[in-house]
Amino acid sequence: MKKRDFYFFVVPSLLMMFLFIAVPLAIVFKQSFYITQNVFEKVEVETCTPGFLKQICQTKIETKPKLDENGNVIEVTDFVGFENYKNLLQINKFKNAVYNLSLYEIEKINFWKAFRFTISFCLITLPLVIFLGLLIALTVNNLTRSIKGPVIFISLLPFIITPIIGALAIRWLFVGEGILTALLEYLMQKDIAMFANAWTLELLMIIYRVWHVAPFAFIVFYAGLQTVNKEILESAVIDGANRFERLRYIIIPHLMPLIIFVSLIHLMDSYRVFEEIVAFSSQAYVISLQWLTYDFLIPDDTGNRLINRASTSAMLTMVGVSIIITPLLKRTWEDYREGKL
Amino acid sequence: MIETKSLKQSLSLQLTSSFFVFLWCLIASFPIFWITIMSIKLPVDAFSSNPITVIFGPLTSQERSSVSLNDLIILSLLIFAFYKLRLKILSIFNQVLHFDFILKVPLFYLCLSILFLFLFRTLNSFSEQLNFADFEILGFTFEHYNTVWFERDFLKYFWNSVIVTSGVVVVSLTFGTLAGFALARYKSSLAFWILVIALVFRALPHSILVAGYLPFFMNSSEILRPLLGDLAPTLFGKPFAVIAVLVAINQPFTIWLMRSFFQNIPSELDEAARIDGCSHFQAFIKVIMPIMWPGVITTGLFSFMLGYNDYLVTSLLLDAQNQTMVPAISGLFNRDTSTTDQVVAVAAAVSITAPLFLLVLFFQKQIVSGLTAGAVKG
Repeated sequence: MKKRDFYFFVVPSLLMMFLFIAVPLAIVFKQSFYITQNVFEKVEVETCTPGFLKQICQTKIETKPKLDENGNVIEVTDFVGFENYKNLLQINKFKNAVYNLSLYEIEKINFWKAFRFTISFCLITLPLVIFLGLLIALTVNNLTRSIKGPVIFISLLPFIITPIIGALAIRWLFVGEGILTALLEYLMQKDIAMFANAWTLELLMIIYRVWHVAPFAFIVFYAGLQTVNKEILESAVIDGANRFERLRYIIIPHLMPLIIFVSLIHLMDSYRVFEEIVAFSSQAYVISLQWLTYDFLIPDDTGNRLINRASTSAMLTMVGVSIIITPLLKRTWEDYREGKL
Repeated sequence: MIETKSLKQSLSLQLTSSFFVFLWCLIASFPIFWITIMSIKLPVDAFSSNPITVIFGPLTSQERSSVSLNDLIILSLLIFAFYKLRLKILSIFNQVLHFDFILKVPLFYLCLSILFLFLFRTLNSFSEQLNFADFEILGFTFEHYNTVWFERDFLKYFWNSVIVTSGVVVVSLTFGTLAGFALARYKSSLAFWILVIALVFRALPHSILVAGYLPFFMNSSEILRPLLGDLAPTLFGKPFAVIAVLVAINQPFTIWLMRSFFQNIPSELDEAARIDGCSHFQAFIKVIMPIMWPGVITTGLFSFMLGYNDYLVTSLLLDAQNQTMVPAISGLFNRDTSTTDQVVAVAAAVSITAPLFLLVLFFQKQIVSGLTAGAVKG
């Protein structure tokens, strides 16, 4: 294919990505160093109250947002350097909290609260998803052919469901005196409120996420299992390897590239954890990095959106993305050098 | 594949694995099954802490309508019979209509459901005369669906969803197939770097991008005025702007997936077409596309899911008038005023899930191939 033809084919796609991904990224980067505020002016206001013989008048100086000739609030945008970052990170408070080894104090700063949850969420769900996916794949592989189809159909349901709806379905099982909460209360003989504690909420989110992603891991591993070399397995049996050893030394190494692939995809996706927070209405207890940005973006009571703060938290979120994606990029680079890509 | 005796499993192991698979299927389907049950009950029954009350809905069957035991027996027998005879029915249908046309599959399902209803009615009237097992057990009501679709504007939201998702699917497939084809055929470092950048873009949390769009979208009519004059639109709240955004967000995944499908098609094929005098574009349209349909359908399904399932972008960039179904549900479950509202939200959730359920039903193979395409080969 000639270069000219290549450009002709790629341009629409590249243009979209440039306009709606690269440009907004640059804008966000710029916005994070600026702050947009209403211009305030000091106005002398004379208020008079009727009194006997003479009105009682007071003059006060009030600050009011300045309006232009159309009655709109005038806004100015100033360059503030790293001020936004400082406000969001609260470095001094954070240092103190770390110095005191107090998780409670760290949790009082929104950014670090979100950061703590997002990272622990990624790291806890990852092994669970891989393990469960592998287990389902291995057991389904044992089944007779005729029921594999229906099992795959049912397994796809949690994966395909709209994330927020899936999380809501879990919420309705537990909310108030929902049947599963009632069951837990019966088993443990005490009152349980799943939606009033940070840790129970986090537990529910982890359960939801594993339920949602395990099918993906299952399907990928299951496809990988179909290509395991049967002859090697048989010769392992002849050499006296038991079932566990065959799993450990033949099947797992065979699936390793897939395990790495699923892990990386899962890390990318779970780092974006967001829908769970909305569906469980957990913002008072648990928040995530993406939710923090989202929260700045929705208009507050006066209709303002804190775009600059949102940009700052978005840029800080980017740092994590770049760390997660490095191994994936490295792998792609190696594939490319070996000519496998 | 030949099963060798040496790899045969012991009975206990087979039993354990069957039990585990059964347990997984139960866990996988239970929440979805349960909200479906809840959505057809009155609030008192739906949010009862006793599962038996939720399933049978005594209050619902008292105050609304209910299904009798013999209805249930007939229903399950019919479903079983249809499932057993599905291949036979299909072959009879194929004999009657032995030519292919687009509406064949929908027509088949239409005939099937008419036949089903007819048989159900007939058997039902028979059993009623026999007075067999004729007592009411399962309460149900569709009033929450009525509320959601007609009083809470879900019909409008549904159309908005249709507009946004179909826009996303069409545009991202058009751009994605072109780019995927070129990236699969053109070997150079430039193609590699495009793929790497796409990979980075794929990892970005969407809220980052929305933070970049919002100020521009809100003021776009003023900003674009010097360029477009009075035609300059306010992009905020407009479906086409959201379609563009979702297409862009979806592009990295689409081109990676498409590329892996195109790599499976031997390049000798389009080279042969080129020798016969086609341009690259003609070879692409006339030779490659006709055999690419499975890949296109798979990629289309994933684009559909992205557009349909999105909450973050649509809730921030669409105004109330153009809201799609998924963000609209947050207005229902967040108001904790009454349990009626909660059940209405449950009905809305089931309504949103139904199209996805049909999607898995009809396109299970394509979804599986899409999930594995990226992994097994790349």
